[in-house]
Amino acid sequence: MEPISKPIVGERTAPTGPALINLGRPPYKTLFWRKLQDNLVQVFSVAALTLAVGVMLWILCTILVRGSEALSWDFLTKLTAPHGFEGGIGNALLGTLYITLFAALIAVPPAICAGIWLAEFGKQSFLADALRFSANVMMGMPSIVVGLFVYMILVAPMGASSGLAGSVSLAILMFPVVMRTTEDMLMMVPDTLRESGLALGLTRCRVTLQIICKAARNGMVTGVLLAVARVSGETAPLLFTAQFAQTWPNTFFNGPTASIPVLINNYGMSNFEDLQTAGWGASLVIAVLVLSINIIARVAFRDKKH
Amino acid sequence: MDTQQEPKIKIRARKLSFFYEGGHQALFDNDLDIPERQITAVIGPSGCGKSTHLRTYNRIYSLHRGQRAEGEVLLDGENILDPKTDLLTLRRRVGMIFQKPTPFPMSVFDNVAYPLRLHFKLSRKEIEERVEAALQGASLWDEVKDQLRKSGLALSGGQQQRLCIARAIAAEPEVLLMDEPTSAIDPVATLKIEDLVLRLRERFTIVIVTHNMQQAARISDRTAFFYKGRIIEVGPTQQIFTAPKEKKTEEYITGRFG
Repeated sequence: MEPISKPIVGERTAPTGPALINLGRPPYKTLFWRKLQDNLVQVFSVAALTLAVGVMLWILCTILVRGSEALSWDFLTKLTAPHGFEGGIGNALLGTLYITLFAALIAVPPAICAGIWLAEFGKQSFLADALRFSANVMMGMPSIVVGLFVYMILVAPMGASSGLAGSVSLAILMFPVVMRTTEDMLMMVPDTLRESGLALGLTRCRVTLQIICKAARNGMVTGVLLAVARVSGETAPLLFTAQFAQTWPNTFFNGPTASIPVLINNYGMSNFEDLQTAGWGASLVIAVLVLSINIIARVAFRDKKH
Repeated sequence: MDTQQEPKIKIRARKLSFFYEGGHQALFDNDLDIPERQITAVIGPSGCGKSTHLRTYNRIYSLHRGQRAEGEVLLDGENILDPKTDLLTLRRRVGMIFQKPTPFPMSVFDNVAYPLRLHFKLSRKEIEERVEAALQGASLWDEVKDQLRKSGLALSGGQQQRLCIARAIAAEPEVLLMDEPTSAIDPVATLKIEDLVLRLRERFTIVIVTHNMQQAARISDRTAFFYKGRIIEVGPTQQIFTAPKEKKTEEYITGRFG
Protein backbone atom coordinates (compact mmCIF):
# COMPACT_ATOMS: atom_id res chain seq x y z
CA MET A 1 0.00 0.00 0.00
CA GLU A 2 2.99 2.28 -0.60
CA PRO A 3 1.37 5.21 -2.48
CA ILE A 4 -1.26 5.75 0.21
CA SER A 5 0.72 5.39 3.43
CA LYS A 6 3.58 7.67 2.33
CA PRO A 7 3.34 11.01 4.14
CA ILE A 8 2.59 13.88 1.82
CA VAL A 9 4.71 16.94 2.69
CA GLY A 10 5.43 20.23 1.04
CA GLU A 11 3.81 19.58 -2.28
CA ARG A 12 1.21 22.25 -2.83
CA THR A 13 -0.49 22.22 -6.21
CA ALA A 14 -1.76 25.41 -7.83
CA PRO A 15 -5.51 25.90 -7.26
CA THR A 16 -7.75 25.35 -10.24
CA GLY A 17 -10.84 27.42 -11.09
CA PRO A 18 -11.32 31.14 -11.86
CA ALA A 19 -9.29 33.78 -10.00
CA LEU A 20 -10.96 35.85 -7.24
CA ILE A 21 -12.59 39.11 -8.35
CA ASN A 22 -11.13 41.96 -6.26
CA LEU A 23 -13.53 44.86 -5.71
CA GLY A 24 -11.52 46.43 -2.88
CA ARG A 25 -12.73 47.00 0.68
CA PRO A 26 -15.74 49.39 1.00
CA PRO A 27 -15.89 51.89 3.93
CA TYR A 28 -16.87 50.31 7.27
CA LYS A 29 -20.18 50.94 9.03
CA THR A 30 -19.93 52.56 12.44
CA LEU A 31 -19.63 50.08 15.30
CA PHE A 32 -21.43 52.42 17.72
CA TRP A 33 -24.91 50.90 17.44
CA ARG A 34 -23.72 47.37 17.67
CA LYS A 35 -21.74 48.12 20.78
CA LEU A 36 -24.67 50.01 22.28
CA GLN A 37 -26.96 47.07 21.56
CA ASP A 38 -24.48 44.72 23.17
CA ASN A 39 -24.26 46.88 26.27
CA LEU A 40 -28.03 47.27 26.55
CA VAL A 41 -28.56 43.52 26.39
CA GLN A 42 -25.99 43.04 29.14
CA VAL A 43 -27.57 45.72 31.32
CA PHE A 44 -31.02 44.20 30.89
CA SER A 45 -29.89 40.67 31.70
CA VAL A 46 -28.07 41.77 34.82
CA ALA A 47 -31.13 43.81 35.87
CA ALA A 48 -33.42 40.82 35.33
CA LEU A 49 -31.06 38.60 37.29
CA THR A 50 -30.93 41.08 40.15
CA LEU A 51 -34.70 41.31 40.18
CA ALA A 52 -35.17 37.53 40.32
CA VAL A 53 -32.50 36.84 42.91
CA GLY A 54 -33.43 40.02 44.82
CA VAL A 55 -37.07 39.06 45.20
CA MET A 56 -36.10 35.59 46.33
CA LEU A 57 -33.68 36.96 48.92
CA TRP A 58 -36.25 39.50 50.05
CA ILE A 59 -38.83 36.76 50.64
CA LEU A 60 -36.32 34.56 52.41
CA CYS A 61 -35.11 37.43 54.61
CA THR A 62 -38.63 38.47 55.56
CA ILE A 63 -39.50 34.92 56.52
CA LEU A 64 -36.24 34.55 58.39
CA VAL A 65 -36.70 37.78 60.36
CA ARG A 66 -40.38 37.32 61.13
CA GLY A 67 -40.23 33.59 61.64
CA SER A 68 -37.12 33.21 63.72
CA GLU A 69 -38.68 34.78 66.82
CA ALA A 70 -41.22 31.95 66.92
CA LEU A 71 -38.63 29.23 66.45
CA SER A 72 -37.75 26.93 69.34
CA TRP A 73 -37.61 23.20 70.02
CA ASP A 74 -41.03 23.37 71.69
CA PHE A 75 -42.41 25.20 68.66
CA LEU A 76 -41.34 22.34 66.39
CA THR A 77 -42.54 19.51 68.65
CA LYS A 78 -45.65 20.76 70.52
CA LEU A 79 -49.25 20.48 69.43
CA THR A 80 -50.97 23.50 67.96
CA ALA A 81 -52.98 25.49 70.49
CA PRO A 82 -55.65 28.19 70.24
CA HIS A 83 -54.96 31.86 70.88
CA GLY A 84 -53.63 32.58 74.31
CA PHE A 85 -52.16 29.11 74.96
CA GLU A 86 -48.59 27.87 74.62
CA GLY A 87 -48.39 25.78 71.46
CA GLY A 88 -46.27 24.70 68.50
CA ILE A 89 -46.64 23.28 65.03
CA GLY A 90 -45.49 19.70 65.71
CA ASN A 91 -48.68 18.03 64.52
CA ALA A 92 -48.77 20.13 61.33
CA LEU A 93 -45.13 19.36 60.60
CA LEU A 94 -45.66 15.63 61.07
CA GLY A 95 -48.91 15.85 59.09
CA THR A 96 -47.13 17.49 56.17
CA LEU A 97 -44.44 14.79 56.24
CA TYR A 98 -47.11 12.04 56.21
CA ILE A 99 -49.19 13.67 53.49
CA THR A 100 -46.18 14.32 51.24
CA LEU A 101 -44.68 10.89 51.84
CA PHE A 102 -47.91 9.11 50.95
CA ALA A 103 -48.39 11.38 47.95
CA ALA A 104 -44.95 10.34 46.70
CA LEU A 105 -45.70 6.66 47.38
CA ILE A 106 -48.90 6.89 45.38
CA ALA A 107 -47.60 8.98 42.49
CA VAL A 108 -43.95 8.09 41.91
CA PRO A 109 -44.06 4.38 40.93
CA PRO A 110 -46.77 4.72 38.28
CA ALA A 111 -45.33 8.04 37.08
CA ILE A 112 -41.89 6.49 36.54
CA CYS A 113 -43.41 3.51 34.74
CA ALA A 114 -45.41 5.87 32.52
CA GLY A 115 -42.30 7.97 31.83
CA ILE A 116 -40.34 4.86 30.86
CA TRP A 117 -43.14 3.74 28.60
CA LEU A 118 -43.32 7.14 26.92
CA ALA A 119 -39.59 7.39 26.28
CA GLU A 120 -38.77 3.81 25.38
CA PHE A 121 -41.90 2.26 23.92
CA GLY A 122 -44.73 4.73 23.30
CA LYS A 123 -42.54 7.30 21.56
CA GLN A 124 -44.61 9.06 18.88
CA SER A 125 -47.63 6.73 18.94
CA PHE A 126 -51.11 8.18 19.25
CA LEU A 127 -51.52 6.85 22.79
CA ALA A 128 -48.22 8.40 23.87
CA ASP A 129 -49.11 11.77 22.38
CA ALA A 130 -52.49 11.64 24.11
CA LEU A 131 -50.79 10.84 27.42
CA ARG A 132 -48.33 13.73 27.02
CA PHE A 133 -51.11 16.12 26.13
CA SER A 134 -53.19 15.15 29.17
CA ALA A 135 -50.14 15.48 31.39
CA ASN A 136 -49.54 19.00 30.08
CA VAL A 137 -53.17 19.89 30.72
CA MET A 138 -52.97 18.44 34.22
CA MET A 139 -49.85 20.45 34.98
CA GLY A 140 -51.70 23.61 34.04
CA MET A 141 -54.76 22.77 36.12
CA PRO A 142 -55.33 25.04 39.14
CA SER A 143 -54.51 22.95 42.18
CA ILE A 144 -57.71 23.96 43.96
CA VAL A 145 -59.65 22.20 41.20
CA VAL A 146 -57.74 19.02 42.00
CA GLY A 147 -58.65 19.55 45.67
CA LEU A 148 -62.33 19.90 44.80
CA PHE A 149 -62.16 16.81 42.58
CA VAL A 150 -60.68 14.69 45.37
CA TYR A 151 -63.26 16.12 47.76
CA MET A 152 -65.97 14.91 45.40
CA ILE A 153 -64.58 11.42 44.79
CA LEU A 154 -63.10 10.64 48.21
CA VAL A 155 -64.11 12.98 51.02
CA ALA A 156 -67.82 13.33 50.23
CA PRO A 157 -68.50 9.58 49.76
CA MET A 158 -66.50 8.67 52.89
CA GLY A 159 -68.18 11.42 54.85
CA ALA A 160 -64.90 12.61 56.33
CA SER A 161 -61.82 14.46 55.25
CA SER A 162 -58.50 12.70 55.78
CA GLY A 163 -54.78 13.14 55.37
CA LEU A 164 -54.87 10.37 52.79
CA ALA A 165 -57.34 12.36 50.68
CA GLY A 166 -54.79 15.20 50.86
CA SER A 167 -52.08 12.80 49.71
CA VAL A 168 -54.22 11.72 46.77
CA SER A 169 -54.69 15.30 45.60
CA LEU A 170 -50.95 16.02 45.92
CA ALA A 171 -50.25 12.75 44.09
CA ILE A 172 -52.45 13.90 41.22
CA LEU A 173 -50.36 17.06 41.01
CA MET A 174 -47.08 15.12 41.18
CA PHE A 175 -47.87 12.44 38.64
CA PRO A 176 -47.57 14.45 35.41
CA VAL A 177 -44.45 16.28 36.62
CA VAL A 178 -42.59 13.10 37.54
CA MET A 179 -43.75 11.36 34.38
CA ARG A 180 -42.51 14.11 32.10
CA THR A 181 -39.18 14.59 33.88
CA THR A 182 -38.60 10.82 33.76
CA GLU A 183 -39.31 10.85 30.05
CA ASP A 184 -37.06 13.86 29.47
CA MET A 185 -34.19 12.29 31.40
CA LEU A 186 -34.49 9.01 29.48
CA MET A 187 -34.66 10.83 26.16
CA MET A 188 -31.34 12.48 27.00
CA VAL A 189 -29.63 9.08 27.07
CA PRO A 190 -28.13 8.65 23.58
CA ASP A 191 -29.62 5.99 21.32
CA THR A 192 -26.20 4.44 20.78
CA LEU A 193 -26.28 3.22 24.38
CA ARG A 194 -29.57 1.42 23.66
CA GLU A 195 -28.09 0.02 20.49
CA SER A 196 -24.94 -1.21 22.17
CA GLY A 197 -27.04 -2.99 24.80
CA LEU A 198 -29.18 -4.64 22.15
CA ALA A 199 -26.09 -5.46 20.09
CA LEU A 200 -24.77 -7.51 23.02
CA GLY A 201 -27.90 -9.63 22.94
CA LEU A 202 -29.83 -7.95 25.76
CA THR A 203 -33.60 -7.77 25.67
CA ARG A 204 -35.31 -4.40 25.38
CA CYS A 205 -36.47 -4.75 28.98
CA ARG A 206 -32.96 -5.35 30.32
CA VAL A 207 -31.51 -2.50 28.28
CA THR A 208 -34.16 -0.16 29.64
CA LEU A 209 -34.04 -1.14 33.29
CA GLN A 210 -30.38 -2.00 33.81
CA ILE A 211 -28.65 0.40 31.47
CA ILE A 212 -30.82 3.29 30.35
CA CYS A 213 -32.52 3.89 33.70
CA LYS A 214 -29.18 3.57 35.43
CA ALA A 215 -27.67 6.15 33.12
CA ALA A 216 -30.61 8.48 33.77
CA ARG A 217 -30.97 7.70 37.47
CA ASN A 218 -29.62 10.93 38.88
CA GLY A 219 -31.90 13.03 36.73
CA MET A 220 -34.88 10.90 37.63
CA VAL A 221 -34.22 11.13 41.39
CA THR A 222 -33.77 14.88 41.05
CA GLY A 223 -37.10 15.11 39.23
CA VAL A 224 -38.86 13.21 42.02
CA LEU A 225 -37.27 15.33 44.75
CA LEU A 226 -38.17 18.58 43.00
CA ALA A 227 -41.75 17.37 42.55
CA VAL A 228 -41.92 16.48 46.26
CA ALA A 229 -40.55 19.90 47.16
CA ARG A 230 -43.05 21.53 44.85
CA VAL A 231 -46.15 19.86 46.27
CA SER A 232 -45.12 19.89 49.92
CA GLY A 233 -45.99 23.57 50.06
CA GLU A 234 -49.30 23.27 48.20
CA THR A 235 -52.22 24.63 50.22
CA ALA A 236 -55.25 24.71 47.98
CA PRO A 237 -55.53 20.94 47.38
CA LEU A 238 -55.44 20.32 51.14
CA LEU A 239 -58.07 22.86 52.17
CA PHE A 240 -61.00 20.58 51.35
CA THR A 241 -59.27 17.23 51.63
CA ALA A 242 -57.00 17.05 54.65
CA GLN A 243 -58.45 20.18 56.23
CA PHE A 244 -56.95 20.88 59.64
CA ALA A 245 -56.88 19.39 63.11
CA GLN A 246 -55.53 20.44 66.48
CA THR A 247 -54.48 16.82 67.09
CA TRP A 248 -51.54 14.61 66.09
CA PRO A 249 -52.06 12.94 62.71
CA ASN A 250 -53.30 9.62 64.19
CA THR A 251 -56.37 10.08 62.08
CA PHE A 252 -54.37 10.28 58.86
CA PHE A 253 -56.50 7.64 57.12
CA ASN A 254 -59.94 8.63 58.38
CA GLY A 255 -59.97 12.12 59.78
CA PRO A 256 -58.79 15.69 59.30
CA THR A 257 -55.01 16.03 59.39
CA ALA A 258 -53.00 19.15 60.11
CA SER A 259 -50.42 20.39 57.64
CA ILE A 260 -48.01 23.33 57.52
CA PRO A 261 -49.48 25.10 54.46
CA VAL A 262 -53.04 25.00 55.82
CA LEU A 263 -51.74 26.12 59.21
CA ILE A 264 -50.07 29.10 57.57
CA ASN A 265 -53.30 29.87 55.73
CA ASN A 266 -55.40 29.70 58.93
CA TYR A 267 -52.96 31.55 61.18
CA GLY A 268 -52.24 34.16 58.59
CA MET A 269 -55.90 35.08 58.40
CA SER A 270 -56.20 35.23 62.17
CA ASN A 271 -56.35 38.53 64.07
CA PHE A 272 -54.21 37.33 66.95
CA GLU A 273 -50.60 38.30 67.02
CA ASP A 274 -49.34 35.10 68.67
CA LEU A 275 -50.93 33.00 65.95
CA GLN A 276 -49.55 35.28 63.24
CA THR A 277 -46.05 34.88 64.66
CA ALA A 278 -46.52 31.11 64.72
CA GLY A 279 -47.60 31.36 61.07
CA TRP A 280 -44.32 33.11 60.20
CA GLY A 281 -42.44 30.42 62.10
CA ALA A 282 -44.22 27.72 60.13
CA SER A 283 -43.40 29.57 56.88
CA LEU A 284 -39.75 29.55 57.82
CA VAL A 285 -39.88 25.81 58.55
CA ILE A 286 -41.51 24.89 55.24
CA ALA A 287 -39.22 27.26 53.31
CA VAL A 288 -36.15 25.66 54.85
CA LEU A 289 -37.54 22.18 54.10
CA VAL A 290 -38.24 22.98 50.46
CA LEU A 291 -34.92 24.74 50.05
CA SER A 292 -32.98 21.83 51.53
CA ILE A 293 -34.73 19.31 49.27
CA ASN A 294 -33.82 21.49 46.29
CA ILE A 295 -30.22 21.80 47.37
CA ILE A 296 -29.93 18.06 48.06
CA ALA A 297 -31.41 17.33 44.66
CA ARG A 298 -28.93 19.65 42.95
CA VAL A 299 -25.83 18.69 44.86
CA ALA A 300 -26.13 15.03 45.77
CA PHE A 301 -27.59 13.80 42.52
CA ARG A 302 -25.62 15.89 40.10
CA ASP A 303 -24.17 13.95 37.17
CA LYS A 304 -20.45 13.88 37.77
CA LYS A 305 -19.35 12.65 34.39
CA HIS A 306 -21.33 12.37 31.23
CA MET B 1 -2.84 -12.41 2.34
CA ASP B 2 -3.63 -16.02 1.77
CA THR B 3 -5.09 -16.36 -1.71
CA GLN B 4 -4.25 -19.98 -2.46
CA GLN B 5 -6.95 -21.34 -0.21
CA GLU B 6 -10.43 -19.89 -0.69
CA PRO B 7 -11.65 -18.83 2.75
CA LYS B 8 -15.12 -19.78 3.90
CA ILE B 9 -17.70 -17.04 3.38
CA LYS B 10 -19.22 -16.14 6.74
CA ILE B 11 -21.80 -13.59 5.61
CA ARG B 12 -23.36 -13.29 2.18
CA ALA B 13 -25.51 -10.27 1.42
CA ARG B 14 -27.72 -10.80 -1.62
CA LYS B 15 -29.84 -8.13 -3.31
CA LEU B 16 -29.92 -6.27 -0.03
CA SER B 17 -31.99 -3.09 -0.10
CA PHE B 18 -32.79 -0.82 2.80
CA PHE B 19 -35.54 1.70 3.46
CA TYR B 20 -35.81 4.39 6.11
CA GLU B 21 -39.06 5.69 7.54
CA GLY B 22 -41.15 7.27 4.82
CA GLY B 23 -39.80 4.93 2.12
CA HIS B 24 -36.46 6.66 1.48
CA GLN B 25 -34.25 3.97 -0.04
CA ALA B 26 -30.69 3.93 1.29
CA LEU B 27 -29.32 0.68 -0.15
CA PHE B 28 -29.86 -0.74 -3.63
CA ASP B 29 -29.34 -4.46 -4.35
CA ASN B 30 -26.10 -4.84 -2.39
CA ASP B 31 -24.22 -8.10 -2.99
CA LEU B 32 -21.29 -8.65 -0.66
CA ASP B 33 -19.33 -11.65 0.63
CA ILE B 34 -17.61 -11.43 4.01
CA PRO B 35 -14.88 -14.09 4.30
CA GLU B 36 -14.40 -15.78 7.64
CA ARG B 37 -11.57 -14.57 9.90
CA GLN B 38 -10.59 -11.74 7.64
CA ILE B 39 -10.99 -8.02 7.91
CA THR B 40 -13.37 -6.51 5.40
CA ALA B 41 -13.30 -2.73 5.17
CA VAL B 42 -16.30 -0.78 3.92
CA ILE B 43 -15.41 2.64 2.55
CA GLY B 44 -17.24 5.42 0.76
CA PRO B 45 -18.24 9.07 1.13
CA SER B 46 -20.59 10.22 3.91
CA GLY B 47 -24.16 9.12 3.42
CA CYS B 48 -23.26 6.36 0.94
CA GLY B 49 -24.95 3.68 3.04
CA LYS B 50 -21.92 1.94 4.48
CA SER B 51 -23.15 2.12 8.10
CA THR B 52 -26.68 1.28 7.01
CA HIS B 53 -25.35 -1.83 5.29
CA LEU B 54 -23.41 -2.87 8.38
CA ARG B 55 -26.42 -2.33 10.63
CA THR B 56 -28.39 -5.01 8.79
CA TYR B 57 -25.90 -7.71 9.81
CA ASN B 58 -27.17 -7.75 13.40
CA ARG B 59 -30.51 -6.15 12.57
CA ILE B 60 -29.80 -3.37 15.05
CA TYR B 61 -31.83 -1.07 12.81
CA SER B 62 -35.01 -2.78 14.02
CA LEU B 63 -34.85 -0.61 17.16
CA HIS B 64 -36.06 2.26 15.00
CA ARG B 65 -39.54 2.66 13.67
CA GLY B 66 -40.22 2.30 10.00
CA GLN B 67 -36.79 0.98 8.98
CA ARG B 68 -36.78 -2.21 6.94
CA ALA B 69 -34.43 -4.33 4.87
CA GLU B 70 -35.22 -6.40 1.79
CA GLY B 71 -33.21 -9.14 0.14
CA GLU B 72 -31.07 -11.63 2.01
CA VAL B 73 -28.26 -11.57 4.54
CA LEU B 74 -27.02 -15.13 4.95
CA LEU B 75 -25.04 -15.85 8.11
CA ASP B 76 -23.60 -19.34 7.65
CA GLY B 77 -26.29 -19.86 5.03
CA GLU B 78 -29.21 -18.78 7.18
CA ASN B 79 -31.14 -15.68 6.20
CA ILE B 80 -31.11 -13.44 9.25
CA LEU B 81 -33.57 -11.00 7.69
CA ASP B 82 -36.20 -13.71 8.06
CA PRO B 83 -38.72 -12.38 10.63
CA LYS B 84 -38.45 -15.71 12.44
CA THR B 85 -34.78 -15.09 13.27
CA ASP B 86 -34.25 -14.86 17.01
CA LEU B 87 -32.59 -11.49 17.53
CA LEU B 88 -31.02 -12.38 20.86
CA THR B 89 -29.31 -15.44 19.35
CA LEU B 90 -28.24 -13.42 16.32
CA ARG B 91 -26.70 -10.66 18.42
CA ARG B 92 -24.95 -13.17 20.61
CA ARG B 93 -23.17 -14.34 17.45
CA VAL B 94 -22.62 -10.92 15.87
CA GLY B 95 -21.10 -8.28 18.14
CA MET B 96 -20.86 -4.58 17.37
CA ILE B 97 -18.63 -1.60 18.17
CA PHE B 98 -20.04 1.88 17.61
CA GLN B 99 -18.63 5.17 16.46
CA LYS B 100 -18.88 6.79 19.88
CA PRO B 101 -17.66 4.64 22.77
CA THR B 102 -20.66 3.39 24.74
CA PRO B 103 -19.53 2.13 28.14
CA PHE B 104 -22.42 1.16 30.37
CA PRO B 105 -22.90 3.26 33.52
CA MET B 106 -21.12 0.74 35.74
CA SER B 107 -17.59 -0.24 36.74
CA VAL B 108 -14.93 -1.29 34.25
CA PHE B 109 -15.16 -4.85 35.56
CA ASP B 110 -18.95 -4.99 35.35
CA ASN B 111 -18.94 -3.62 31.83
CA VAL B 112 -17.00 -6.66 30.65
CA ALA B 113 -18.66 -9.10 33.06
CA TYR B 114 -22.13 -8.04 31.92
CA PRO B 115 -22.29 -10.12 28.72
CA LEU B 116 -20.51 -12.99 30.49
CA ARG B 117 -23.14 -13.19 33.23
CA LEU B 118 -25.85 -12.71 30.65
CA HIS B 119 -24.90 -15.39 28.16
CA PHE B 120 -22.89 -18.03 29.99
CA LYS B 121 -23.08 -20.16 33.10
CA LEU B 122 -19.82 -19.32 34.81
CA SER B 123 -18.44 -19.35 38.31
CA ARG B 124 -17.24 -16.12 39.84
CA LYS B 125 -13.66 -17.23 39.29
CA GLU B 126 -14.24 -18.02 35.64
CA ILE B 127 -15.85 -14.63 35.14
CA GLU B 128 -12.82 -12.93 36.66
CA GLU B 129 -10.53 -14.94 34.39
CA ARG B 130 -12.52 -14.07 31.32
CA VAL B 131 -12.79 -10.39 32.20
CA GLU B 132 -9.03 -10.26 32.49
CA ALA B 133 -8.59 -12.18 29.23
CA ALA B 134 -10.99 -9.87 27.40
CA LEU B 135 -9.29 -6.76 28.77
CA GLN B 136 -5.91 -8.24 27.79
CA GLY B 137 -7.33 -9.00 24.38
CA ALA B 138 -8.43 -5.39 24.05
CA SER B 139 -4.94 -4.17 25.16
CA LEU B 140 -6.52 -2.40 28.09
CA TRP B 141 -5.61 -4.64 31.02
CA ASP B 142 -2.34 -2.94 31.97
CA GLU B 143 -4.03 0.45 32.08
CA VAL B 144 -7.07 -0.54 34.16
CA LYS B 145 -6.00 -3.55 36.26
CA ASP B 146 -5.76 -1.38 39.38
CA GLN B 147 -9.02 0.46 38.77
CA LEU B 148 -11.46 -2.25 37.82
CA ARG B 149 -14.00 -0.79 40.26
CA LYS B 150 -13.83 2.64 38.69
CA SER B 151 -16.75 3.71 36.51
CA GLY B 152 -16.29 2.90 32.85
CA LEU B 153 -17.36 6.46 32.09
CA ALA B 154 -14.28 7.81 33.87
CA LEU B 155 -11.86 6.36 31.29
CA SER B 156 -10.49 8.36 28.38
CA GLY B 157 -12.19 8.14 24.98
CA GLY B 158 -9.69 5.67 23.53
CA GLN B 159 -9.81 3.53 26.67
CA GLN B 160 -13.61 3.58 26.61
CA GLN B 161 -13.57 2.31 23.05
CA ARG B 162 -11.18 -0.50 23.97
CA LEU B 163 -13.44 -1.28 26.93
CA CYS B 164 -16.33 -1.64 24.49
CA ILE B 165 -14.19 -3.96 22.37
CA ALA B 166 -13.36 -6.01 25.48
CA ARG B 167 -17.06 -6.19 26.31
CA ALA B 168 -17.90 -7.29 22.80
CA ILE B 169 -15.23 -10.00 22.59
CA ALA B 170 -16.05 -11.29 26.07
CA ALA B 171 -19.39 -12.40 24.63
CA GLU B 172 -17.38 -14.69 22.28
CA PRO B 173 -19.14 -13.61 19.09
CA GLU B 174 -18.31 -15.07 15.68
CA VAL B 175 -18.47 -11.76 13.85
CA LEU B 176 -17.46 -8.27 15.00
CA LEU B 177 -19.05 -5.28 13.29
CA MET B 178 -17.21 -2.00 13.72
CA ASP B 179 -18.95 1.17 12.72
CA GLU B 180 -16.24 3.84 12.34
CA PRO B 181 -14.69 2.76 15.65
CA THR B 182 -11.91 5.35 15.62
CA SER B 183 -13.59 8.43 14.21
CA ALA B 184 -14.21 9.93 17.65
CA ILE B 185 -10.73 9.09 18.93
CA ASP B 186 -7.31 10.75 18.81
CA PRO B 187 -4.58 9.49 16.40
CA VAL B 188 -2.47 7.64 18.98
CA ALA B 189 -5.47 5.78 20.40
CA THR B 190 -6.54 5.11 16.83
CA LEU B 191 -3.26 3.33 16.07
CA LYS B 192 -3.68 1.23 19.22
CA ILE B 193 -7.14 0.20 18.14
CA GLU B 194 -5.98 -0.59 14.60
CA ASP B 195 -3.24 -2.77 16.02
CA LEU B 196 -5.81 -4.45 18.21
CA VAL B 197 -8.16 -5.08 15.29
CA LEU B 198 -5.32 -6.79 13.41
CA ARG B 199 -4.75 -9.11 16.35
CA LEU B 200 -8.46 -9.89 16.70
CA ARG B 201 -8.47 -11.04 13.09
CA GLU B 202 -7.37 -14.58 13.89
CA ARG B 203 -10.38 -15.22 16.09
CA PHE B 204 -13.18 -13.13 14.64
CA THR B 205 -14.65 -12.26 11.30
CA ILE B 206 -14.40 -8.47 11.23
CA VAL B 207 -16.31 -5.95 9.14
CA ILE B 208 -15.14 -2.39 9.67
CA VAL B 209 -16.79 0.72 8.28
CA THR B 210 -14.35 3.57 8.00
CA HIS B 211 -14.16 6.96 6.36
CA ASN B 212 -10.41 6.86 6.77
CA MET B 213 -8.93 5.31 3.63
CA GLN B 214 -5.46 4.93 5.09
CA GLN B 215 -7.04 2.91 7.86
CA ALA B 216 -8.78 0.63 5.38
CA ALA B 217 -5.51 0.26 3.48
CA ARG B 218 -3.52 -0.45 6.65
CA ILE B 219 -5.67 -3.12 8.22
CA SER B 220 -8.10 -4.77 5.86
CA ASP B 221 -7.83 -7.87 3.65
CA ARG B 222 -10.70 -6.90 1.43
CA THR B 223 -12.34 -3.57 0.72
CA ALA B 224 -15.78 -2.71 -0.54
CA PHE B 225 -16.43 0.73 -2.00
CA PHE B 226 -19.94 2.12 -1.55
CA TYR B 227 -21.39 5.02 -3.44
CA LYS B 228 -24.95 6.31 -3.19
CA GLY B 229 -26.27 3.08 -1.67
CA ARG B 230 -24.66 0.80 -4.24
CA ILE B 231 -21.53 -1.31 -4.02
CA ILE B 232 -19.33 -0.01 -6.81
CA GLU B 233 -16.37 -2.31 -6.33
CA VAL B 234 -15.22 -5.11 -4.02
CA GLY B 235 -11.86 -6.80 -4.02
CA PRO B 236 -8.60 -7.45 -2.21
CA THR B 237 -7.52 -4.23 -0.50
CA GLN B 238 -4.21 -4.24 -2.38
CA GLN B 239 -6.01 -4.20 -5.69
CA ILE B 240 -8.66 -1.63 -4.70
CA PHE B 241 -6.02 0.84 -3.59
CA THR B 242 -3.44 0.26 -6.30
CA ALA B 243 -5.40 -0.81 -9.35
CA PRO B 244 -9.08 -0.06 -8.95
CA LYS B 245 -11.20 -1.27 -11.84
CA GLU B 246 -13.93 1.35 -11.54
CA LYS B 247 -13.46 5.01 -12.36
CA LYS B 248 -15.52 6.08 -9.31
CA THR B 249 -13.35 4.04 -6.94
CA GLU B 250 -10.21 5.57 -8.33
CA GLU B 251 -11.61 9.08 -7.99
CA TYR B 252 -12.57 8.41 -4.39
CA ILE B 253 -9.33 6.82 -3.21
CA THR B 254 -7.25 9.52 -4.86
CA GLY B 255 -9.28 12.10 -2.95
CA ARG B 256 -11.00 13.72 -5.88
CA PHE B 257 -14.32 13.66 -4.01
CA GLY B 258 -15.61 12.41 -0.69
